[in-house]
Amino acid sequence: MHTFAPDDLQALWLTLKLAATTTCLLLLIATPLAWWLAYSNKWYKGLLAAVVALPLVIPPTVLGFYLLLLMGPHGLIGEMTARLALGRLPFTFAGLVVGSVLFSMPFAVQPIQNAFESIGCRPLEVAATLRAGAWDRFFSVALPLARPGFLTAIILAFAHTVGEFGVVLMLGGNIPGETRVLSVAIYNHVEAMEYDAAQWLAGGMVLFSFLVLLSLYLAGGKLWKGAR
Amino acid sequence: MNGIGARFKMQLDNFSLDAAFNAPATGVTALFGPSGSGKTTLLRCIAGLEHASGLLQVNGEIWQDNAIFLPVHKRPIGYVFQEASLFTHLSVRANLQYGLKRTPVTERKVPLGQVVEWLSLGPLIERRDPAKLSGGERQRVAIARALLTSPRILLMDEPLSALDNNSRQEILPYLERLHRELKIPVFYVTHAMDEVARLADHLLLLEKGRVIASGKPGELLARLDLPTVHFDDAGAVIEAAVAQHDEAYHLTRLNFNGGSLWVSKLAQSFGAQIRVRVLARDVSIATQQPQGSSISNILAARILEICDEGSDKVNVKMSIGDAQMLLSRITRRSRDLLGLKVGMDVFAQLKSVALMT
Repeated sequence: MHTFAPDDLQALWLTLKLAATTTCLLLLIATPLAWWLAYSNKWYKGLLAAVVALPLVIPPTVLGFYLLLLMGPHGLIGEMTARLALGRLPFTFAGLVVGSVLFSMPFAVQPIQNAFESIGCRPLEVAATLRAGAWDRFFSVALPLARPGFLTAIILAFAHTVGEFGVVLMLGGNIPGETRVLSVAIYNHVEAMEYDAAQWLAGGMVLFSFLVLLSLYLAGGKLWKGAR
Repeated sequence: MNGIGARFKMQLDNFSLDAAFNAPATGVTALFGPSGSGKTTLLRCIAGLEHASGLLQVNGEIWQDNAIFLPVHKRPIGYVFQEASLFTHLSVRANLQYGLKRTPVTERKVPLGQVVEWLSLGPLIERRDPAKLSGGERQRVAIARALLTSPRILLMDEPLSALDNNSRQEILPYLERLHRELKIPVFYVTHAMDEVARLADHLLLLEKGRVIASGKPGELLARLDLPTVHFDDAGAVIEAAVAQHDEAYHLTRLNFNGGSLWVSKLAQSFGAQIRVRVLARDVSIATQQPQGSSISNILAARILEICDEGSDKVNVKMSIGDAQMLLSRITRRSRDLLGLKVGMDVFAQLKSVALMT
């Protein structure tokens, strides 16, 4: 029986922590953003939609590189965090979270936005005529009706963060317990010709991803039927 | 001040609304006009779903003026959309309770059981999935849901137009019942003349975003200068009361201000109010009292107005007694052969009478 080295277990734990934190933050950020993109008709809506979608097309290393510059000692964000006595973000877990949130943003925003768009204005108008104020309408009508969109967003954001490599490497490096996530650990093993250890981590990651997706889809199917 | 007064102005891409009207505080006010005339937009303005500039006061309460714009959820309205738009994530009962729960207890006037009974929702209320209801059932639930907020004004946007004819016939009696039971004003958008004739107590005619006429349907529908007269099913509305039942011939006599009509025997008892509609194309004119005619409804009338209808026909407006108007559509040739002139006393022969109950 293969046993994982403590370093590898630490990387696994860090990866899960990163993915979970990122997914939670993304839900908080992507929901209002998706709402605005779905219902606004301002001229700069397209502009914002394009910026949100940018991580889909630019290489992760490019995104990581610019974030590194921005968060570094001479970057805008770097100066700000220094002034707020938060220290510097690069090569910290918090820095990784910021990078992951930006990198996975389109995977969270777009499914939620599509869900809101497919609901349309009518159910919200109906709710308004039934005395529901704006927040009430959001929580009692929009949110439950958009549930499949949220489910997709959670799955995609989580999975995408687990699999992230380029941004992490540029921004976080390879600090055990702080920024060394699974994908970096696998890279290290391969670099050191430890194919066996890499194999176990990589295989485990495949299996884990599959199980997460499977359980979410199965639960999703049940939730669906329950909602009907 | 009692009643509803409004003035709305709104500019959209290819449409401008510039509508002003006063409507009574009771009964059904029909908003009638061709599609694109702004009926629905006007209704949405009353609800606050459209943010037009202007004024709106309901029974002396300002809902909108230059400084105030009451948001939709603060207006005591009930709104029935063209499609029932039930919440698909909620059961039928939860749909009904959605607005009820959000209405302060002190403002609740209609109990759930009452509305369920009015709209015969008993068998439907425990259904879990509103998407599985028929079109007519869904619309009934939607109407009940709106009523349960105890609205002070009910707004209905073509509630029957998305339904097939069977479902329409299924719902109409409920609407008439609400018409009788509810003491609140109803605004009813429609482009169907028969719904106007059947339900409306007050009529607002719209054309290109403007209110071109406002008044009693009996008066407006008999006017020759309004577009309604050109409808294929143009005709007059008569408010009558059951006066006599003839058991032998199975007929009922209806009395109205100016005369009486024989119709097939009705179930309603003596004195019941009946609204009848006489289509212009079903009324012919004779200059002398016809003898040996099989037509049983022949009324003495005076010609008030004659107008061309297309190239071959004319519309003739007649009065029966002092107040009742009647329309007749005859050929131009008949007009000339009979020498019909304004002011002439004639006899109107009613080939058929449509009962609006």
